[in-house]
Amino acid sequence: MLGQVAQLFSPTDYLLSLPIVLLTIFALGILIIDLWVPAELKWFNAVTAFIGTLFSLYIVVKIHFFYLSAPSTANGLVGFAQSMLLDRFALYFYYLFLVATLIAILTSVRYLEIEREHHGEYYALMLFAVVGMMCMASAIDVVLLFIGLELMAISTYVLVGFLRRDRRSNEAALKYLLLGAFSSGIFAYGLSLLYGLTGSTNLFAINQRLGQLLQIHPKDPIAIIALITTATGLLFKIAAFPFHQWAPDAYEGAPTTITGFMSVAVKAAAWAMLIRVLFIGFAPLQNVWVPMMIFVSIATMTGANLAALTQTNTKRLLAYSSIAHVGYILLGVVAFGSGQNPAAADGLKGILIYLLVYTFMNLGAFAVIASLRRRDIIGDEIDDIAGLYSRAPFEAVLMLIFLLSLAGIPPMAGFLAKYFIFLSLIESQHYVLAAVAVLYALFGLYYYMKIASAMFMRQPLEREALPVSWGMRIALGITAFATIYIGILPEQFIRAVNWTLGLNQVSSVISQLK
Amino acid sequence: MQNHILSIILFTPLVGTFVLLLIPGENKNAIRWIANIFALLGFLISLPLVPMFWEKRFEVGFKFIEGAPSNWIPSIGAGYYLGIDGISFLLIMLTTLLGWISILSSWTAIENRVKEYYAWFLVLQTGMLGVFMALDFFLFFVFWEAMLVPMYLLIGIWGGPRKLYAAIKFFLYTLLGSVLMLLGIIFLYYHHHSVGNPYTFSIPALYQTAPGIEFKYAVWLFFAFFLGFAIKVPMFPFHTWLPDAHVEAPTAGSVILAGVLLKMGTYGFVRFSLPLFPAVVMHPKVRGWMIGLSIVGIIYGALVSLMQKDMKKLVAYSSVSHLGFCTLGIFALNPAGLSGSVLQQINHGISTGALFLIVGVLYERRHTREIAEYGGISNVMPVYATITMIMFLSSMGLPLLNGFVGEFTILQGTFLENWKWAAWAVPGVVLAAAYLLWLYQRVFFGTVTNPKNEKLHDLNPRELLCFAPLIIAAFWIGLFPKPFFEILEQPVNKLVTQIRPNYPTAATTVNASATPTAAAPSADSAKGTH
Repeated sequence: MLGQVAQLFSPTDYLLSLPIVLLTIFALGILIIDLWVPAELKWFNAVTAFIGTLFSLYIVVKIHFFYLSAPSTANGLVGFAQSMLLDRFALYFYYLFLVATLIAILTSVRYLEIEREHHGEYYALMLFAVVGMMCMASAIDVVLLFIGLELMAISTYVLVGFLRRDRRSNEAALKYLLLGAFSSGIFAYGLSLLYGLTGSTNLFAINQRLGQLLQIHPKDPIAIIALITTATGLLFKIAAFPFHQWAPDAYEGAPTTITGFMSVAVKAAAWAMLIRVLFIGFAPLQNVWVPMMIFVSIATMTGANLAALTQTNTKRLLAYSSIAHVGYILLGVVAFGSGQNPAAADGLKGILIYLLVYTFMNLGAFAVIASLRRRDIIGDEIDDIAGLYSRAPFEAVLMLIFLLSLAGIPPMAGFLAKYFIFLSLIESQHYVLAAVAVLYALFGLYYYMKIASAMFMRQPLEREALPVSWGMRIALGITAFATIYIGILPEQFIRAVNWTLGLNQVSSVISQLK
Repeated sequence: MQNHILSIILFTPLVGTFVLLLIPGENKNAIRWIANIFALLGFLISLPLVPMFWEKRFEVGFKFIEGAPSNWIPSIGAGYYLGIDGISFLLIMLTTLLGWISILSSWTAIENRVKEYYAWFLVLQTGMLGVFMALDFFLFFVFWEAMLVPMYLLIGIWGGPRKLYAAIKFFLYTLLGSVLMLLGIIFLYYHHHSVGNPYTFSIPALYQTAPGIEFKYAVWLFFAFFLGFAIKVPMFPFHTWLPDAHVEAPTAGSVILAGVLLKMGTYGFVRFSLPLFPAVVMHPKVRGWMIGLSIVGIIYGALVSLMQKDMKKLVAYSSVSHLGFCTLGIFALNPAGLSGSVLQQINHGISTGALFLIVGVLYERRHTREIAEYGGISNVMPVYATITMIMFLSSMGLPLLNGFVGEFTILQGTFLENWKWAAWAVPGVVLAAAYLLWLYQRVFFGTVTNPKNEKLHDLNPRELLCFAPLIIAAFWIGLFPKPFFEILEQPVNKLVTQIRPNYPTAATTVNASATPTAAAPSADSAKGTH
């Protein structure tokens, strides 16, 4: 019996699951060890989680160099009965998730101590969420995709409400849970329709059969409904208009470190899922969803930028700003969906670079806000950041770097991300869309500079110096360094993305997707 | 072997920033000394460029080329690619000189957050120099935008009462123009590729393909670039950020803003708009609008200056008027107009820079810029009054001083195209004399009526040192402008042949030599090379 089960698994399956299994083991370990760790040594859990993430990262690097660089397996490893595809695209996201998690762990220790909520579950849930994200990035079967999504989402719901004594945190978690469950339901409904139409849960098979189906009935209503319901789920997860209303509440209420984590890692996972589902599964319906995405991206940028203008809470402001960034990234989807090569390549390239850059700059910005948290002071109002320069010049300058990068001012990395998006729009001849998008950069500048001017040009409300932990310092150092470095010397990173997309190579992800 | 002088000039101020960061903030005098040393060093290092450039002044194309296209980010074709011609050479010299003077002038004006102030100022200096040196559009854009940040902070931290408003207004306005320009750049870049070339941001390469863009696209591109430059210049009606920024900025900030930042707009027209979109520029409607806006700017700026009660605001609006002359000369699109325009840009940097310093001197002593607060200052500060008189005369375009040469050549160039344009612009000269002399009369003549003004002390040696180079330059350009026209001759002629291949440059020479004054040297030298 046991032998039969073992036969169902190929050696590739074990390899594919190794990074995920390692994280799971460490997460479970933390849950158990936490019972024995005394209250003052809770940082030990963070160390365990950190080591677990590093182990997982190590395996990912191994896979990168042993398999994906070898010619025979360069197109990726398929496993688990064709449900999982670990290709370069998935690998890129693995790196993003793991690096974001490492940085988030570094910022969390001191923050949780101050909040008096230092429990092992926090780190365990974080690792579980990463497991879910990895499944989402590598799934080519909608069942695995959905399982990954739910694992990630449920872990995040709990993390958002982790500050049990804080009413805002509870409220945010409940809202997020209700809306998230609702959207997951709609998403699952769309997937089930898709299964009904095509008889398969594999995205490549869906692509094929949907194509055949549409040749017979070009405007099949069921297919359109499947697209709309699935897109609803996807747009909810990336927080795009009109399904973005949860984001400001959830971001504001969540522990700041989790807000940072959510805004980069969780969102990147949702993007990976969106790209796989739209560009593989729904590729035959491209002429339907491209106009839809144009509308969504413009509406997202408009709504988020206008709402951000009047915010006085920095976390909420950055939440709206991250919705605005979603609008920009969606433009990459539009360019990728509507353009021919090389416009198509640049659209996807833009998305990947954007997500990379965004990981560092946004995590950095939230880390600075998290470091403002002190006993009795939440530190997330703009007034709290006023005069930061005179209290903590180092943090203030770093925050300025992150804000300029978010606003897309060169030579920060954010400019490069925007550059690729604009380039892909010009290449795919969306001139008006490009003009609208650049003009929204002005709104962005205004509200980011509102924070900057508070930091540099106003007097501090209190003089107390900022206690910054070593973990926080390292995290800030890494994120700021990356933000500047990618901005000034982006060559290697562009090449890495080109490698991910298999550009200039015989067979490529692009050719698979298109 | 490559000559690295441009990189050295470019990065000396930035090195100064890093040195400053190592000094503890409490040690204010040490910081001031180091900042001044680096600013002076930045100027001195640029001086060897003068003889080196002089030797090559008639050579065709960009000189002192450094780096190569596409060597910085090969994947997208961006390069660290520097080079200058006569136009950028003059502007670079102006930048290094004004950078030093404005840092020197801030010695007592800035008392809080001294370290930051000088650090940002030196960053700004590098950014401005980079804009004039870049031969790669990506690099150019990086400098163009990066420079906004230090200027924003200079206005926002050390500015006057409405500094926050002025700072963000300045930042947003300039960004509005530059983001659309970015799209224009990307379009050129993509077009260059789509006609069968490798991706590159190299400006000389784009010069080759951009004129081939279809007219209906080229018009849009022209206006995308136009908006970026017109806001920077600023041309009427995009000038509204300027008075706010100037009035609120600290003195040194105003000097740099007027002296150098505004020149980036005109430089952009000359360097990019004209050679990239010759068909659009030559289109009578477009050209008519450009000339019209310039003339409106000249008259409007002068009239508004006349009505100001605040000295600094007066000088700020006078900039609108003077820059109107510069754009008028550019869109005259002939050698006289263009070389006059570039020379007038230098003149404006010298005279208006000095005017802001003059206002700053009084402001430091009395902390007010209201004209009504003053009167009879020449009795208590005779040296100051003399210097002010010289700079006022230079600004209003009195013969023998620099302003005259520039304005005259511009008007001459405009006249050759259409005498009506020149006729409309001439009242600007008269009005300039009116608002400046009236200001002088109210502030300096008569008896001291306000008791607070009785004890004002005259210029100290440091302040005299600030004015000395500007006065020398004003007289030099006014008395002997020939070297400047020789430096400008080659790039300007090249520009004219790019836009109007059939333009008889020789005919201009004959016309120019018929007028005995300022433009004559240019004509002589032109003959010498033919």
